[in-house]
Amino acid sequence: MDEVEETLKRIESHKGVIGTIVVNAEGIPIRTTLDNSTTAQYAGHLRHLAMMARSTVRDVDPQNDLTFLRIRSKKHEIMVAPESNFLLIVIQNPCE
Amino acid sequence: MGHKRTKSATSSAGSKGKNKGHPDDILPMVLTSATQELFGCRADEDVTGESPYKLLRKDDIVQDIKTRAAASDFSPVKQIVLDYPEEEMLLVFDKDLTYGQSFYLALTPEARDRIFKPETLEVSENEVDKSSEPKHWISLGSEQEIDEESAKETRKKLWYRFSRVRRKFGAPVCFSDRNTADAKDSHLKCASYQDSRFSIKQMQRDCGMQAVPRLQSSSAQTEWKFRKNFFTQYKPRELNKEEIEDILQAEGLKNFCNLVTPRVLLALQQEEVMNVFFDDWKVLGAGAEAGDWSGKVSEGLVLHQAFSDQKYAKDKKISSINWHPTILGVLAVALTDKKENQLDESVTFILKRAFIVFYSFADPANPQLVLECPDDILSFEFCPSNPNIIAGGCINGQVVLWDISAHVTCLQGTQTGGKKVSVDTDSFDLEDNKETEAPVVRYCAVSALESSHKFPITDIQWLPQTFEVTRTGLPVENKDKVSVQIVTCSPDCSVLFWDVRMPKLLSQSLSDRKQNADQKTQVTPFIIPETFKHLDRTWKPLFKVSLPKIDTSGEYAPLKFSFEHYTCNVKTEKDDEDDSTEVVPDYSQLRTTSARILAPLEDVNTHLYVGTEDGELVYTDWKLEKDDSGRLFSAKPLLCFNPHHWLVTTIKRSPFFKDIILTTGGWNFAIWKEGIMDGPIFVSPSSETECTVGCWSPSRPAVFFIGKEDGSIEVWNLLQNTSEPAQVYAHISNVRISCIESWTAGPKQYFLAVTDDLGTLRVFEIPKTLYIPVRKERLSVQTFFELQKDRLDDYLMRTEQWAKEKREVKKEAEELKKKTEPDKPVKSLQKSEEETRKEYSDYVALEESTLKGIGLWKNTQDD
Repeated sequence: MDEVEETLKRIESHKGVIGTIVVNAEGIPIRTTLDNSTTAQYAGHLRHLAMMARSTVRDVDPQNDLTFLRIRSKKHEIMVAPESNFLLIVIQNPCE
Repeated sequence: MGHKRTKSATSSAGSKGKNKGHPDDILPMVLTSATQELFGCRADEDVTGESPYKLLRKDDIVQDIKTRAAASDFSPVKQIVLDYPEEEMLLVFDKDLTYGQSFYLALTPEARDRIFKPETLEVSENEVDKSSEPKHWISLGSEQEIDEESAKETRKKLWYRFSRVRRKFGAPVCFSDRNTADAKDSHLKCASYQDSRFSIKQMQRDCGMQAVPRLQSSSAQTEWKFRKNFFTQYKPRELNKEEIEDILQAEGLKNFCNLVTPRVLLALQQEEVMNVFFDDWKVLGAGAEAGDWSGKVSEGLVLHQAFSDQKYAKDKKISSINWHPTILGVLAVALTDKKENQLDESVTFILKRAFIVFYSFADPANPQLVLECPDDILSFEFCPSNPNIIAGGCINGQVVLWDISAHVTCLQGTQTGGKKVSVDTDSFDLEDNKETEAPVVRYCAVSALESSHKFPITDIQWLPQTFEVTRTGLPVENKDKVSVQIVTCSPDCSVLFWDVRMPKLLSQSLSDRKQNADQKTQVTPFIIPETFKHLDRTWKPLFKVSLPKIDTSGEYAPLKFSFEHYTCNVKTEKDDEDDSTEVVPDYSQLRTTSARILAPLEDVNTHLYVGTEDGELVYTDWKLEKDDSGRLFSAKPLLCFNPHHWLVTTIKRSPFFKDIILTTGGWNFAIWKEGIMDGPIFVSPSSETECTVGCWSPSRPAVFFIGKEDGSIEVWNLLQNTSEPAQVYAHISNVRISCIESWTAGPKQYFLAVTDDLGTLRVFEIPKTLYIPVRKERLSVQTFFELQKDRLDDYLMRTEQWAKEKREVKKEAEELKKKTEPDKPVKSLQKSEEETRKEYSDYVALEESTLKGIGLWKNTQDD
């Protein structure tokens, strides 16, 4: 648990990061630095999106797999890193 | 006694067994006193000799018989009583005992009758016996009545006998129908008709009503074909604490983190380093070309329309031009005579008629409205709060006011289409009512000749509606919220302030005068609006500002002036916007309010920039001060600079910066910043041709237009190049450009009106390049001005320094000269050499240090 904490703290303390969310396979947030409502929103939506992206990639080439998903918006950038059971969501403000 | 007679009369008839002494149907009886009392026939009391008869009821007798049986006196006649047919029996009291007893009873009705009736009979008989002789009938007229009433035969009865042949009897008969209408006169109708002798009016009529409710019920049924939910409400799932703890402890999470973290960190860093989505190329050209890439962007001023009118503008030049503040596409130009006023030639006094002509975009060949002026107008302006009021300054020094409220429809009508609206039926023009004639409006009021300027009025402006000034020049708040005061200037070295309202003191006398004036006006053929009747010919200025020269005696001769348009707090600005929708106050009703009740406004800038005949720009305060004797006088101007070498032709404030002023005059122009007392912050290099007029661009803070003597227009862009114009449009006209005015008709339409000395008015469309401001242009211009200011300060500082140094050097040289006078030839040479060497080394050291400071020091300095 400490390692996990430490790693997450490293990410959270990076420049421009607004918040991080760790989500389990079902889409239920495990650990978050944002408030509950925002977390629930992000977790719910991004899980579906990540699944869809993953299926897209695998449909095109079954050997392939999704490693990272980045969504760039006007205000900030959302990064989603999927893995076997979990999902890590990071929201960062661009520098300019 | 009658008894006896009766008896004798009838005794023969009924004398059958008379031996007894009484007839058979009479029975003498003895009635005991008890019986007498019972029946009410007591002797000598109830029945007497005079009235011996008593009728007894049969039932009573029967009753008595039943009750007393054998003791009853009537028992012997019981059977007879029972058989008696009638109800009553007669009992007679026999006083004389004729029949042997005191009473006797009539046993039969006949006997009773006989006994009773004979009395009547006897009486009647007696009477009949007495009057038995018939009298002779006396006629009393009754036989006539009977004759009249009775029906008698007048003639003998007639006998007729009808007979028919026997065989016709019993024959079959055939019946048929016949219409009565077939035969004439077969029937007589009695039709109903309206009798006119009377008519019945139905006064009351019963009618029935039923209230029906206004309800209507209807129903509709929709088919819910595709059943699906519209809304769902849900709650996100959450894990409870223990589960979270478990998961966090799990190995899987650790692995996950280890795998994912490097990727995330990489992404974060990438983000930080650069913005991949930023398009430098696109941002580069965002200023001028943004939006419209049609490729046909015009570079130059496009001629939109040219206006010239043969009737009014022939042989005239245009002295002033104004756009109509509210009506789109309407311009007014003041036409003046080309030749200068040569007073010594005016032997024959020619009545000159001068005009201000209104042009509209919709009709370039004909003017829409013409204002008549008493003399040539050099400058005029629309009233900012009421564009129907126009103030103009004449060549003879008078101020003229027009009111075109009645003719605004002429100007507005041409906005909507090309067709000229027909002239109003109650128009005031004298000319024939042709379609193409523009109405001529005469001026409302002129100022009093003796109190106006002595020289032509060269500039006239309205004070904004945010403040007004008192008789001493003190700015106070404006209760009327409309522009009521005018400022004029003239080369007679004065700036005059005028008020268009009626002064309170004069209102009384004016009302008397009005009555006289009314009679007068009936004579004049023109109908003049009454708005400024109170001012006509008696208008005096509020106060006068003179411009004494700072250093020398004499005064400045102003040609143009400019003051800051005071806009106070936000609240009144909002009112200004609402003013257009409110009713504009009637100018004839406005009165000057006493200065005492108006609140003075502290933050109004009461300074004027005045451009003079000699090319100077004078900065003065218009507030009057009191000197020792209490008289009001104008203070000396604060500043005076002379950048131009000839007449100052324009002073214009930038529409973007309140304190930046552009002045043109002579062969150059200058930009000033109010508040900087040291001089213009920018002076252009002198050009070959005279600058005649200047005008700021309405949309770009750094751009302005300069009109020239040779008919060209220069476009200057301060951000691009300050030593030469950004663009030159030569050959706009063949003659001198007299006026340039800009106008916006919308965010994409900017017009530039240019007039020249031939009397033509040209309207140009400003191209996109010249009206779309560059990014942050305003900011850049501001920094430019600041830089200029700094440069100016620096320059001044340096000049001072140089002057000081020069003086010192001069002094030194003199001293040196004095000292080295005796051994001049040798020592001076030596010394000078030493000095020069020293200077050279000093210079080298200085150079080294400077270059090191900049960072360009190269070690290969030895030569």
